[in-house]
This record gives sequence, structure tokens and C-alpha cells, in this order.
Amino acid sequence: MPADAAAVETIDLVRRFDELVAVDAVSFAVAPGSVFGLLGPNGAGKTTTIKMLTTLLAPSAGTGSVNGYDILREPVEVRRRIGYVPQALSADGLLTGRENLSVFAKLYSIPRSERRGRIDDAFELMGLVDAADSLVKTYSGGMVRRLEIAQSMLHSPPVLFLDEPTVGLDPVARRVVWDHLRAVRQAFGTTILLTTHYMEEAAELCERVAIMHQGRIAAIGSPAELVTASGAPDLDGAFAHYTGAGLTEGGSYRDALRTRRTARRLA
Amino acid sequence: MRSAHAVQRAAWPDVGGAVAFLEQVYAVAEADARKLRHDPVILLTRAVQPALWLLVFGQVFARIRGVPTGSLSYLDFMAPGILAQSSLFIAIFFGISVIWERDLGILHKFLASPAPRVALVLGKAAAAGIRGIAQAFIVYVLALFLHVDVRPSILAVIGVFLMVALGSAVFATFSLVMACLVRDRERLMGFGQVLTMPLFFASNAIYPISLMPAWLQVISGINPLTYQIDALRTLMIDGATSVFSVPLDIGVQLVFLGLLVWLAARLYPRVV
Repeated sequence: MPADAAAVETIDLVRRFDELVAVDAVSFAVAPGSVFGLLGPNGAGKTTTIKMLTTLLAPSAGTGSVNGYDILREPVEVRRRIGYVPQALSADGLLTGRENLSVFAKLYSIPRSERRGRIDDAFELMGLVDAADSLVKTYSGGMVRRLEIAQSMLHSPPVLFLDEPTVGLDPVARRVVWDHLRAVRQAFGTTILLTTHYMEEAAELCERVAIMHQGRIAAIGSPAELVTASGAPDLDGAFAHYTGAGLTEGGSYRDALRTRRTARRLA
Repeated sequence: MRSAHAVQRAAWPDVGGAVAFLEQVYAVAEADARKLRHDPVILLTRAVQPALWLLVFGQVFARIRGVPTGSLSYLDFMAPGILAQSSLFIAIFFGISVIWERDLGILHKFLASPAPRVALVLGKAAAAGIRGIAQAFIVYVLALFLHVDVRPSILAVIGVFLMVALGSAVFATFSLVMACLVRDRERLMGFGQVLTMPLFFASNAIYPISLMPAWLQVISGINPLTYQIDALRTLMIDGATSVFSVPLDIGVQLVFLGLLVWLAARLYPRVV
């Protein structure tokens, strides 16, 4: 990949579900090594965008690339180079933390001689050494999230996708997850694309954000730029300005159900 | 480095690829087996149903002597059938675990990994095979307890275990295909329940095919369960002879497995 190329890029990405246009001509580029946030209310199309970039969902139109590989023509090359933490708490509670990581070490064909070391390093980096051999169902919500980040980083992907990484976490656990994401970035120079509807999270972590509303990008820039451009006092105000928050309520029944289920597992 | 690797691959095509593929299959199967080890109670609860069939149904029907089973006693005849049935009942609901993994997001991560879909599906099929073997173990113990005339041979026991694993893999993959199509736990349970009894009754599990009306014989001829039970009976019971021949039994099941794995791998991304 050329040095100046974007780590993640979408060009007029569209996804329709029957009549609903979930993602409507979305274009953005993420610079290598930066943290980019997709902001928006529930149902704005953030998760659908991530699912297309992680090759889980085919776009209806438009295209995108990850680390220079086309998401439609080279999906396997894309998958080799990404880590993905879905919105739902996706570690298997019936297995230990180590077993959870071991499955993915094999799925990513990490050489046998490196597996143990990489898994130990990941536990170290995420502060989970003491919990490594406990069943995940005994973990706290924040620990599960860190385990998932550890798992997504096992194969040292250049790009990491996180869908609502701290939804349902208490403020302390949220801050710990942020600290660990910063550590990942510092250690590996990983490009991070995350979705969130917490303005605080975007302001803390992201160099650039795109505010999504009803499938479109309403505004894009650094948090400071968006605040200035909107004339609002802070990012919350900018968000309200661009999404008309309070006037429309997005999010399907299924979205709400999933968020609640995640919250319940975290409790 | 990269070119050296390429040369190596050209000289010996895709050995590295094949090993990686098998490891991916193994990873999926191993995760499931480890869950069983963490919670072995699951296995014990599954002993109840085959025990009831053998102890109650089997004992009563053996006394009536209503089913002509040739040189075999009725209990000898039906024990392999009950083994196949009890593993079928587990395998046919195997797709529920995939819907559960979908709800948790585990499946999303599997599908976002570079592992080929076929490897993910074969891993699930192998996991179902392992569960089937656990079931075979239980039915063997019951059969010995009831003095079923089992072949006293280690090779026969290994053959039975492999045959139960193969049959479980076939029906579990069938369940995965259904899961990909209905994408919902309740609907999948419904379909599973609708299908198990017809599969069971249109097979040679508890009566010989020769007793069936002609139309049912036709259906049983395309039912993979029939071939699994034919092989199981031949391998498990002393004095039993195969109706179709064991190689044919295995071949038919392998063809079913191949088709279903191919289909499930194509449909797998739809679950998300």
C-alpha cells in the first residue's frame, strides 16, 4: 500500500434493506495510524457501514477499501488485515479467556510456535493476566471488552474496527477501555475505526469524526472543527445541531433489543 | 522471504494451506468440545431418552414378538436404531448453537476472520460428531446392561463410534442449513421437531424396511438415517448382516455430508 494512501476508504457506499436505505452514499477516508469515529444516534447506519467494511455485508452500491484492498474483490485479504470487535459482547462465556483467544489464533493461522507468546502478550497488554484461565462468564463487562480487544489484536492487524466499544459500561470501566485502546495504538500504530453515540468517547479518542444521520454523513472533521462549524458550545451541541437530536428518534426494535441484551450481560 | 515462500509452495502445492485449513476446522470443533468438558452435565441429561426407548419400548416390543427381525432378538435389532435416533435428536437442533453465536456476535467474528466458510462449517460438523460419540458411549453402556448381543471387538466399537460421528455430522450440517434459512431459534426448533419423527419412522431404526408399505420404502431409501443405521447394526450387533453393504452406507452418507457442507458454507454468511 502506498505511504500516503488511506487505511480505510469508502466511496459512495450504499446499503439498502428492502425500501430502507440504511447507508446512503457514504464517503470518507481514514489516515493510517489515526483514530476515526463514526458518530450517530441508533439507526444512523454506523453498524451497517462497519459490517460492509469488515466484509460481513455486501454493499448495494459503491465500494470501499481497507489497507488498499477492495472489500468486494479481495475480501479475504481484507479479513487478514483487520481486527473486529462487534457491538454485542462476543466472547464465549462457556470458555476461559485463554480458550477464547486460542480459537482465533488458529483461525488466523498464527504459527504454532508464536501462539502462546502472542496470547500471553495480549493478556499482558489488556491487563487480564490474572483472569486468563477463568471462565469468561465470571468476567466483568469491562474485562470482557478488553478480552475482545485482545482477541482482535492477536494477529497484529493494521486496522481495528470497534462497534460501540463501551456501550453499557460504567464510567470507570469505560475509561479503562479507552486507556487500553490508546495503549494498542501506541504499541502498534494501529488505525482504529470506532462507532459510538457517546460524545465524550469521541472527544477523548478520535482525531476525526463523521457524524451520521439517517444513513448519510452530516458532517466530518476533527471534533474541534465540528464544534466551531456548528456554532455550538461543545461536541454535544454540534451533534444535536447536525442530527436534529430530540426531533427524530432512530433505531429499530432489533437495535434496542441488542443494546439491552448487551447491557444485561454487562450487569 | 515472500518469494522463498512462493517457491516452496509451488514445489509442494498447498501443504501449508491444507494444514492451516485443518487447524481452522480443529479450532471450531475444539472450542465446542471444551465447552462439553466445562459442563459435562449436558451429556448425562441426554442419556435419559435412549434409556427410556431401550428399557420401556424395547422391553415391551421384545415381549410381543410382533416385529420379525430374523435371527436377531428385537432388542438387538433396535439398539443401534436407538443409538442413531438419540444422536439424530441432538444433531438436528445443532443449528440453534449457531443462532446463539449469531446473537452473541461470535459468528460475526468468525466470518470476519480469514478462515474459509467451509472450514467453519466442517468444524461445526466435527463438533457434532464429537457429541455423537459421547452419545454412542452412553448407549453402549445401556446395551451392555440390557445384555444386547454386541460384537466383542475393539474394532467394531471404533467403527460404531465413527459411524455415529459421521451420521451426527450429516444431520448437524442439515440443521446448519436450516438455521441459515430460517435465522430464528423458535422457527428452527419447530422445523427440527417436525422433521425428526418422519426421519425416524421412515428408517430401519425400530422395524425392518421390508415391513414398510412400498411408498415408505422409497422414502426410507433416500433417508441418510437408514444407511447410518444399517452400518451401525452391522458393526455393533453380533450376527447382524448389512442390507446395503457398509461401504455403500458410508458412501451415501459422505455424499450427503459433502452436499450439505457445500450448501451450508454458501449460506453461512446469511445468518449474520
